[in-house]
Amino acid sequence: MRDSIFQKLDWLLLPLVGFGAAVVLWQVVSQTVSRDLPSPQKTWAESRDYVLKPFEKRGEMDQGILRFTWYSLLLVAKGYLIALAVGTPLGFLLGLSKTFAKAFDPLVQILRPVSPLAWLPLGLVLFLGAGKQAAELGALFTIAICAMWPTVLNTAVGVRAVPQDYLNVAKVLKLSRRKTISKVLIPATLPYMFTGFRLSLGIAWLVIVAAEMLTGRPGVGGFLWQEYNALNYAHIILCILTIGVVGFVLDRLMSLVERRFKTA
Amino acid sequence: MAYLELQRVAKTFNGSPVLHDINLSVGRGEFVAIVGFSGAGKTTLLSLIAGLLPADSGTLTLNGLAISAPGPERGVVFQNYSLLPWLSAFENILLAVDQVNPDWTAAQKREQVQKYVAMVNLTAARDKKPAELSGGMRQRVSLARALAMDPQILLLDEPLSALDALTRATLQDELARLWQEDQKTVVLITNDPDEAIYLADRIIPLTPGPGATLGPSFPVAIPRPRDRRELNHDPRFKAVRCGVIEFLLSSRRERHTALTKKPVLPDIEPEDLARPRRAFGGRARAKRRSEVKEETVEVR
Repeated sequence: MRDSIFQKLDWLLLPLVGFGAAVVLWQVVSQTVSRDLPSPQKTWAESRDYVLKPFEKRGEMDQGILRFTWYSLLLVAKGYLIALAVGTPLGFLLGLSKTFAKAFDPLVQILRPVSPLAWLPLGLVLFLGAGKQAAELGALFTIAICAMWPTVLNTAVGVRAVPQDYLNVAKVLKLSRRKTISKVLIPATLPYMFTGFRLSLGIAWLVIVAAEMLTGRPGVGGFLWQEYNALNYAHIILCILTIGVVGFVLDRLMSLVERRFKTA
Repeated sequence: MAYLELQRVAKTFNGSPVLHDINLSVGRGEFVAIVGFSGAGKTTLLSLIAGLLPADSGTLTLNGLAISAPGPERGVVFQNYSLLPWLSAFENILLAVDQVNPDWTAAQKREQVQKYVAMVNLTAARDKKPAELSGGMRQRVSLARALAMDPQILLLDEPLSALDALTRATLQDELARLWQEDQKTVVLITNDPDEAIYLADRIIPLTPGPGATLGPSFPVAIPRPRDRRELNHDPRFKAVRCGVIEFLLSSRRERHTALTKKPVLPDIEPEDLARPRRAFGGRARAKRRSEVKEETVEVR
């Protein structure tokens, strides 16, 4: 009987064991190896205000943690939408046209592994003329260009993987090129596209922290970097945990959406 | 002048001839079955008629017009159903109806789809996705889609070969019934002589490839509607069946004399399972016969 209760709750209990172990390790490390690392209790004591009043605004760089998260999410959403708007058509072109793929695939493969930290300065230079807006535009550029590659590549693979049977149907029905794309190619590619979208969102969220750290914009990443410079190490941990939880939630949400399109 | 006419048609894939000197003429309203071994090039032949593949040489005409591309006047039922999995049965058929009759009202289109869904007895399953349907039901949707386009000619590419025997018989009956109602021109590709005799007016065997060609016609003079049980005892059935099978087998026998092949043996040595396993990495890698340098054979 007791066994079965444990078995029923293991989805909750086992992760708690994992978290517990991490906290113990953290405690031990902060007591022994690295005395500068704030202990769990100290982290909580210093973060209380930010967690318990998550939407309070006390100053430009001193706001509740969810308020910071909200700023970051807004920026990510904008950059992510740009990435999708550019990446999806680019992926379709790469998948549809062999000539286009030959011309641009090497370029894509070379730009893809470039780190966000390398793109950001270029983004800032690009929008130097924009004045006050430069930081935001540079950050958006970085998010978009880093996040779009999974969408581009997955869409291209998906288009190439459309079964010949479906294309034969389109041919026999004499669907026009536009109709073939809208009625056959896009629905057949959707599952691949959504896998790309999910991976892209993960990357966009990764990039936001780097972008905010370098531009000093208010947001989770900007706050993290500011508190590091202000020697408030406890808040670094708070930011890391927030970034992790938000990233996890975003990924879960996207995989729910993705599953809906996994019919084919 | 025949309705569908193929003259000296040939098709080559990567240098090897698949079809060679194909001559076929099908009259309007005729039901012709082409029977051949699998791999003989039956699907290639149908793809040529459908216009999905271009012929290397020869002429193909339908109603006096050259066939150069696929078109909705030729309804095709593919062996693997080829339904779009994100559309329901109804929507799959609607897509075809919509394409063929762009100027109809929405109500007219729905009525047309409904009519053909009912014709293949799928009204109860009309809103299901292909993945939720059995193989036989999917093939009915595919058939309904082809019929709903109201094509001048129906091209059936082994439509029933992926189905179990019972479903197959049911769908054969249904095909016979539909043909009686519509009297469309039909070209059926099959590997089952019995199916061909049950359904067709005329049977044409396709010799085995490479370089397959059509044999002589075997007319099936059995009056319709045909009864499956009586058919087996009908002397005409036996005669046609005998003729077609005899032709196919003898044409294959001729091929056999020309077939030379290098025998290929598996490149592997037997392993002694009695030897103990090594402590790390499990068993040693299998030995290739080609890697064996020398062997000692004990002679007693």
